[in-house]
Amino acid sequence: MAITSPPAPAAGRRPERPAPAGAARRSGPRTAGRLAPYGFVAPFFVLFAAFGLFPLVYTAYVSLHRVELQTSEQMDWLGLQNYTRLFEDPFFWNALGNTFTIGVLSTVPQLLMALGLAHLLNYRLRGRTFFRVAMLMPYATSVAAATLVFAQLFGRDYGLINWVLTSVGVGPVDWQADTWASQFGVSAIVTWRWTGYNALIYLAGMQAIPGELYESAAMDGASRWQQFRHVTIPGLRPTIVFTVVVSTIGATQLFGEPLLYEGNSGGGISHQYQTLGLYMYEQGWSFFHLGRAAAVAWVMFLLIVVLALLNAAIAARRNRTDR
Amino acid sequence: MMLAKRSPLQGGPLAYAVLGVATLLFVFPFYWTLVAASRTNSELSGATPAFTPGPNLFHNLGEALQQAAIGTALWNSLLVSGAVTAGVVLSSTLAGFAFAKLRFRGRGLLLAVTVGTMMIPPQLGVIPLFMVVVKMDLQNKLPAVILPSLVSAFGVFFMRQFLIQALPDELIEAGRVDGASALRIFWSIVLPVARPGMAVLGMLTFMATWNDFFWPVVALSSQNPTVQVALKSLGQGYVPDQSVVMAGTLLGTLPVLLVFALLGRQIVGGIMQGAVKG
Repeated sequence: MAITSPPAPAAGRRPERPAPAGAARRSGPRTAGRLAPYGFVAPFFVLFAAFGLFPLVYTAYVSLHRVELQTSEQMDWLGLQNYTRLFEDPFFWNALGNTFTIGVLSTVPQLLMALGLAHLLNYRLRGRTFFRVAMLMPYATSVAAATLVFAQLFGRDYGLINWVLTSVGVGPVDWQADTWASQFGVSAIVTWRWTGYNALIYLAGMQAIPGELYESAAMDGASRWQQFRHVTIPGLRPTIVFTVVVSTIGATQLFGEPLLYEGNSGGGISHQYQTLGLYMYEQGWSFFHLGRAAAVAWVMFLLIVVLALLNAAIAARRNRTDR
Repeated sequence: MMLAKRSPLQGGPLAYAVLGVATLLFVFPFYWTLVAASRTNSELSGATPAFTPGPNLFHNLGEALQQAAIGTALWNSLLVSGAVTAGVVLSSTLAGFAFAKLRFRGRGLLLAVTVGTMMIPPQLGVIPLFMVVVKMDLQNKLPAVILPSLVSAFGVFFMRQFLIQALPDELIEAGRVDGASALRIFWSIVLPVARPGMAVLGMLTFMATWNDFFWPVVALSSQNPTVQVALKSLGQGYVPDQSVVMAGTLLGTLPVLLVFALLGRQIVGGIMQGAVKG
């Protein structure tokens, strides 16, 4: 494998001149020293180009062709037909809508709870390491394991959650067949797995906020809530933008949870929680249309770019109005 | 790592109460997996669910090992995660060192590309990747899931952040004055200093690879699965025996939980460290 090859074949045994930061780049015969950095980054970039960048770009090319799973060697030019077929497919729009609602249902509560938990974890507490580790445990599980467990907890007839709901007199909910309930169930899995992780990221951001800011706010008579609003939140803004972007990207490509929630690639009997990621998988690996799946992938990619830009624009705008 | 900075506020009983409830919610599904994995299917479908572990754990574990080739799957996952971790840690340390401490033409651009593509989900390249794998005749073989994961943009960024702080410029200069080659400097100066960062990155990578789902599901079959692929097939039987499914889930989760129990602190520290941006 490329990784094991020596990283800097050009690096000779010759002594190199120390290059303190800011020193002018020297021209001359010491090519060995000048090429060494490229040797260091080469393993990463070679593999990255082969398995990261090339497939992404090539996906666009594939999306313009008819490619079937069984005969993936054969590609027939279609132009934009894969895309127009996609936009005429009601299931595509259904999946797009579900991705949006499940994305909102999972991302918004998740980040709000993470913010609150991080705030609490930032207090002086006994056993704070214990709380932090416990909070991160869901992150250590896999999508598959978490979904199988939650699918059982959310079971219609024998699930623990319905048992609790029935005992308190609310009555059982059909967490699989009902549209909203099933989308809530899928979102709950995502929220469970990622809340603690995001809380730690917020906590790291909070610890970078100088304590003097709180002290002076307190001296000005700011309540705890006012301190949170006017010191913590502004200080965390870059971190919040970061988590919003990352969670949005995660939500856009949600796949494992809806696939395993009931165990089929349709995302429920009436596709009530089929996401774009699942729709893409269904097109490619259940219906064998790799070309059309590639078109879905590119639509997802463009969606992510638009959402990231939107986030950045909102963040920049809020920055301006605040200062 | 975590500075012993005094927090501005002392936590009251309410803080403990809320954190306690949250902890219960985070931990309960694990406990319940154990409960369900140690019961029989009929006990699980009774009117009142079981709340304590029962006596059937080993029977169910045996069933799970049989039904979904979980034994093979555990071994495969270990191989894949080990190889990927080694590759990511090595390639990230090399590139991270260059980005942190060496000056070269195009450094800014290459770093921007690396960080920028952290935002691109690898899923989106899955179709060509699949076509390549089919062409190379790697379908259902472990290299299909190892090769594409050997490098990670996050890893490069993580090691760069770590080495900027941990590695004093003077050390490298001293090495250069002594006439050490670039490779030699890397081997005897950078690697020892980088070790704590490499350990954290290694743990994070191992966990992420062990838990990876989408690409292994596409590239591997249930005949030669990783644990996650095996769990998928376990959950998809016509009438899955829930207690056996939970036993399989337990088997698939346990190794990572063990790592977590031993190194939880470091993992928490690593995530918080990777999170502090710029």
